[in-house]
Amino acid sequence: MKNKLIALLLLCTPAMSMAAGGGYPNESADINLENEQSLRRGAKLFVNYCLSCHSAAYMRYSRMGKDLGLTDEQVENNMMFVSNFDKLDSGEPKKIGDLMTVAMTKKDAKVFFGTEVPDLTVVARARGADWLYTYLTTFYVDESRPFGVNNAKFPSVGMPHVMWELEGMKKKVVTKEKDSNGHEVEHISFEKVTEGSMTDAEFKQAMNDLVNFLVYMGEPIKLERQRIGIYVMFFLILFFFLAYLLKKEYWKDIH
Amino acid sequence: MTSKAMALLGWVDDRFPLTKLWKEHLSEYYAPKNFNFWYFFGSLALLVLVIQIVSGIFLTIHYKPDAELAFASVEYIMRDVPWGWFVRYMHSTGASAFFIVVYLHMYRGLIYGSYRKPRELIWIFGVFIYLALMAEAFFGYLLPWGQMSYWGAQVIVNLFAAIPFGIGEPLSEWIRGDYVISDATLNRFFAFHVIAVPLVLIMLVAAHIMALHEVGSNNPDGVEIKKNKGADGIPLDGIPFHPYYTVKDILGVVVFMIGFFAVMFFNPTMQVTDTLSLFIESPNFEPANPLKTPEHIAPVWYFTPFYAMLRAVPPMLGSQFPGVLVMGAAIVVLFFLPWLDKSPVKSFRYKGTYIRVALATFVISFILLGYFGVISATAERTMIAQCATVIYFGYFLYMPFYSRHEITATGWRAPLVALYSILTIGLIAYWWMNDEVSATLKLIVSVVTLVYTIYLLIIPAYVKADTVKQVPDRVTSK
Repeated sequence: MKNKLIALLLLCTPAMSMAAGGGYPNESADINLENEQSLRRGAKLFVNYCLSCHSAAYMRYSRMGKDLGLTDEQVENNMMFVSNFDKLDSGEPKKIGDLMTVAMTKKDAKVFFGTEVPDLTVVARARGADWLYTYLTTFYVDESRPFGVNNAKFPSVGMPHVMWELEGMKKKVVTKEKDSNGHEVEHISFEKVTEGSMTDAEFKQAMNDLVNFLVYMGEPIKLERQRIGIYVMFFLILFFFLAYLLKKEYWKDIH
Repeated sequence: MTSKAMALLGWVDDRFPLTKLWKEHLSEYYAPKNFNFWYFFGSLALLVLVIQIVSGIFLTIHYKPDAELAFASVEYIMRDVPWGWFVRYMHSTGASAFFIVVYLHMYRGLIYGSYRKPRELIWIFGVFIYLALMAEAFFGYLLPWGQMSYWGAQVIVNLFAAIPFGIGEPLSEWIRGDYVISDATLNRFFAFHVIAVPLVLIMLVAAHIMALHEVGSNNPDGVEIKKNKGADGIPLDGIPFHPYYTVKDILGVVVFMIGFFAVMFFNPTMQVTDTLSLFIESPNFEPANPLKTPEHIAPVWYFTPFYAMLRAVPPMLGSQFPGVLVMGAAIVVLFFLPWLDKSPVKSFRYKGTYIRVALATFVISFILLGYFGVISATAERTMIAQCATVIYFGYFLYMPFYSRHEITATGWRAPLVALYSILTIGLIAYWWMNDEVSATLKLIVSVVTLVYTIYLLIIPAYVKADTVKQVPDRVTSK
């Protein structure tokens, strides 16, 4: 009976893990938007590895530079590679105040990858940081796929393992275990096949930086919003006492 | 006031009833002096309406109602428009705050009998406001043009397609202006959201308040303060709305603002778990894609009780129409409330036990339905949702029986009791034919439904088993 009651309670808990698919469990990313160094490293990875197929078409280079404490020159010289190809309508190269668009058209993307390549500006708000972190760290060799790799978090994804040079390649190892209820569950782990230029720990840190940057880019105002919020709370609490005293004064003769 | 200002006021008053309106609606509108916590939500609803209109105007300045541009224009507001993020979050938080405030305002009406004679029209205007608000929220939710906007709208418009006799399909096409949700739909929903429904809403709010000020406010005791007037014709238990309730409402506004801004500044999407956000759902940060259905489509939280009812009704003869009917009936039944309540007293303070049980189970079932509407459906959840739907309707349909307090076992009631009982037994029989659900759960929902029906329908219809308390002549201080 007790078990059945527990089962009944469990019925009421949402089946969250179903969302976003792929039975592979999320690993948690360490998000800290105050860590400017991490955000800069993430931005560097983003413009080097992501921003050629993926766009961040709602984000401006200048905004990124300002928020990450970089000068316009630093951004122009070190982060605006794509702008060499993705010209403005006038034929001029992009300027610092422009949006982080890419030269690849949607049509081309469909031919190259079999699907449209999503814009990444707000991807962290759609998918969540943990999902992105898990996705970026679970590419594995799969010869049946067009690019020879698959992903544990997002099975049959169209994206190649862009950062294979950094991470190296790994293969998926599936072991079957019995859980406490006696049901057989698949446990997925990975085994290194080739080494990359980074150690595993370095790569995980790098992906964490990248996800940190994506979270920042999803809502650049977030820290500022929270900072203002604290002032607003203080003001309102003060206002509450004044409003309370005013009410008390007016109501003193009502019985 | 200086003599010049007095002269100006006199000049205006000769041409427009300014002083008269001020007196009628504020300084000489006598409200009962015993308003409690629950009476803040009317003025708060008005405040949220103003927030939505003002923030909405600013959003309209920057937003582009075009399928190609809409999503990007929202992000443009969030990033490039100075304080645009503030305006947008005010509006998105305001939408949910509106429903929170309105639900609490309606609950106040339920517990203190504010819908009873002579306030039936106030209640009916109120239900129309609620309907208009739902329409407003629905049209507005399409505008960010995210995945949930798109597919949520698709699901809701398809409800109309479920209407049989060849009406549904053309009707839903007519609403969309296309065979699917598209640019044409976005454009017209923008028009409905920014002008058509707001106009209706504002006019209904005016009618709601005019009707209220005509008959006067109810209060937690359900005592008519106009029955006890002093020699000067002013109700003995009445106090002028201004300044007493204006200063009191300022206090309510500040407390509300603390909650509102706490959400807006620290958790504007109202994220409750990793993948579940209630005010701005995560899939809505992905642009609308007609070719990719999200895995789990859920309407925003304020619609979920009704959505859960829709899902709880199984398709009949291959049509979802019965579910749509039940969902519609869940709103329509609200209009009849003033005539379903037969209790000799207004406020639940003086009502008997039945009404308390009925109200408590109603609130629990409504919250439970809301919860089940957020999460994905399983056979078990559907069964519990069906039980909760029975209780939701039971609150209204059994009310003529449990709200009376005399022996009533004659005449037209017998066939109605028989009808409700047959429906209930039919539902229980239907549950026991379901093989996907454990016997324990079947037993629990069956017993709950049976006990509910016997306690609030059959016993009250035939047995005098409850009494009301004596209502005082004057309002009580607390």
